Amino acid sequence: MNDDREAILARVRGALAPLRERAPMPQYDTDLAVMRKLIAGRDLVELFSERIKRVNGLAFTDVAALVEYLRTGGWTRGYCDPALWPRLAPHFAQGFTVETEFDRARVDDYAFGITRAAGAIAESGTIVLNDATTSRRLGALAPWVHVAVVERATIFSDLPQAVAELGDDRNVIWCTGPSKTADVEGILIEGVHGPGAQIALIV
Amino acid sequence: MRGQPIDQFATTLPPDKRASVYQSTKATHEKRTKLLFDQFADPNRLRELAGEIKQHALENLDTYLPQVEARLRANGAQVHWASTAEAACEAVLKIMQARGASRMVKAKTMVSEEIELAHFLERHGIEALETDLGEFIVQIDHDHPSHIVRPIIHKNRREIATSFEREGLGAYNDDPATITRRARQYLRHKYLAADVGLTGANFVSAESGRLVVVTNEGNSRFCLAATKCHIALIGIEKIVPRDRDLAILLNLLARSGTAQELTVYTEFITGPKAAAQPDGPEEMHVIFVDNGRTEVLAGDCREILRCIRCGACLNVCPVYRQVSGHAYRSVYPGPVGAVLSPLLLGEKFPQKADLPKASSLCGACNEVCPVNIPIPDLLLRLRHRAKEEHVPSPGSPPMGAWALLASQPAAWRAALAGGKLLNYVPTKLIPVPALQAWAATRSLPEWRGGEFRKWMKQRRTKGRRD
Ligand code: SF4
Repeated sequence: MNDDREAILARVRGALAPLRERAPMPQYDTDLAVMRKLIAGRDLVELFSERIKRVNGLAFTDVAALVEYLRTGGWTRGYCDPALWPRLAPHFAQGFTVETEFDRARVDDYAFGITRAAGAIAESGTIVLNDATTSRRLGALAPWVHVAVVERATIFSDLPQAVAELGDDRNVIWCTGPSKTADVEGILIEGVHGPGAQIALIV
Repeated sequence: MRGQPIDQFATTLPPDKRASVYQSTKATHEKRTKLLFDQFADPNRLRELAGEIKQHALENLDTYLPQVEARLRANGAQVHWASTAEAACEAVLKIMQARGASRMVKAKTMVSEEIELAHFLERHGIEALETDLGEFIVQIDHDHPSHIVRPIIHKNRREIATSFEREGLGAYNDDPATITRRARQYLRHKYLAADVGLTGANFVSAESGRLVVVTNEGNSRFCLAATKCHIALIGIEKIVPRDRDLAILLNLLARSGTAQELTVYTEFITGPKAAAQPDGPEEMHVIFVDNGRTEVLAGDCREILRCIRCGACLNVCPVYRQVSGHAYRSVYPGPVGAVLSPLLLGEKFPQKADLPKASSLCGACNEVCPVNIPIPDLLLRLRHRAKEEHVPSPGSPPMGAWALLASQPAAWRAALAGGKLLNYVPTKLIPVPALQAWAATRSLPEWRGGEFRKWMKQRRTKGRRD
């Protein structure tokens, strides 16, 4: 294996040696990759709510409305990040069974999972999760409904800004709408492996 | 049957498959164009820039590869190198065996297809399950993917339903939602039972050692949420210099490939999971694969290594739309495959030397490519190479007759006028045997030979009058 390392690097050097000059690193402003027209002058919470709808997700600002949505959908069993539960519990009165432990042996028992987001991206309607903030990777992925609790102040305006703020977490994931496929005859189907409903609760 | 291998495949493609490939590639392409041009001030500059970033990265791989290796090690990942497909397969096997692991779940990775990893592991008693819905179907059917991002673009729901029934995934039901639901149910338990999750990477930042993995289905995330060991198989050309470059490339990737603004899941991985996180890999291995890439880097077609595998050039290519993916006989179909597949063969280049000829050089692939690869130029360079290496060219119409005509103005004029006859002759009856394989799947545009001369003449006369 180590031999392969030396061999590959030697071949790379050999391949590049004859180049009279190497292509320079282009200088550019990341603003080029920002949807300026869309963002200009907008309130980020409003824009994010609008954009997440466009990717078939949903945003709530009112916990009672979220609970009603879950009840109407028949999603009454779920997982919630233990750090969030004390604040949310009063809203989930009757008819809900919520666990603050996620038991991977019973993965199908959880119809919804509520976790904390590390942020959001307004431009693209994206929820940002990471290992430090989000209690369980599986809790945010396996249940049919994923609810990410997003704090207003953590909403970035655009992709370049969100990239600049990736930080040193070992794992950051951007979730933009429900899990989906168009593999079968190009027909869009949501909820392939991950959530069929991707929801942000903005607090 | 006569003709180039690619044409032989084309003639066996059923019309309904051709129609479905044509329709869906066209629709994606049209939506892509609208998205890019409506949303960005200067989308073409964005494409050029992305190309410049990747070209710079390629031409400085001697600096960036050791840099990314050091970053990954510092982040707690183990780094391996593989010169060949065999070495890459062996490296994966060794990691699996060291853990006593026998079950792998795979997210889609082009490199693993290129090195035929799943077959190799199966021969060693390891289950390597594809988890992308399309790839899963390809696997249970022992088929091959026919598109980079839409592997089963060539299959219809009835065929899929039949396969699911055969595999014991429920009674025949060809409703796409039911098919997807059944795969969801089946695969989630496979993830949870697996020892190792394998992914590729769309980009790797040399600055931070960040791997970027994108999927729409969330299958790669499930691999990295359920298993304890992550293996990433990565071609050495996936490096980008800095994190900030990722924003440019990510914005282009989904728009170009599937006409989405952003892929549903975009995961940034710098190492094994954080200690406080209960889910995810405690062990992470990155295998950098060469398998012919350094040879491409040394040659005059190195621009093809910029490719970010978006599939846009397939969608827009008139040849791909007609022949579909299998005709390219490689994991990389379409215009990108016509360049990359023969190149990656190294000395065995002649085996696929027909692919660079399967293009009308219309330039559409270059225009849509998010990293601005001059594919038509590269195709010409490869045609030249095929000629230099005296690769035989079965079925190509002999150029001698053409050369004769082109050098005799009178004969040329006569031929142009005579060509009008073709407007009235069905293509299948054209009496050139070499053309028949070609003509069986295509119709000719209306013959307009001589029009240019006529126009020039009129123009001159008109000019004199004015
Ligand atoms: S060559 Fe360009 S257009 Fe084709 S798949 Fe690669 S990046 Fe996309």
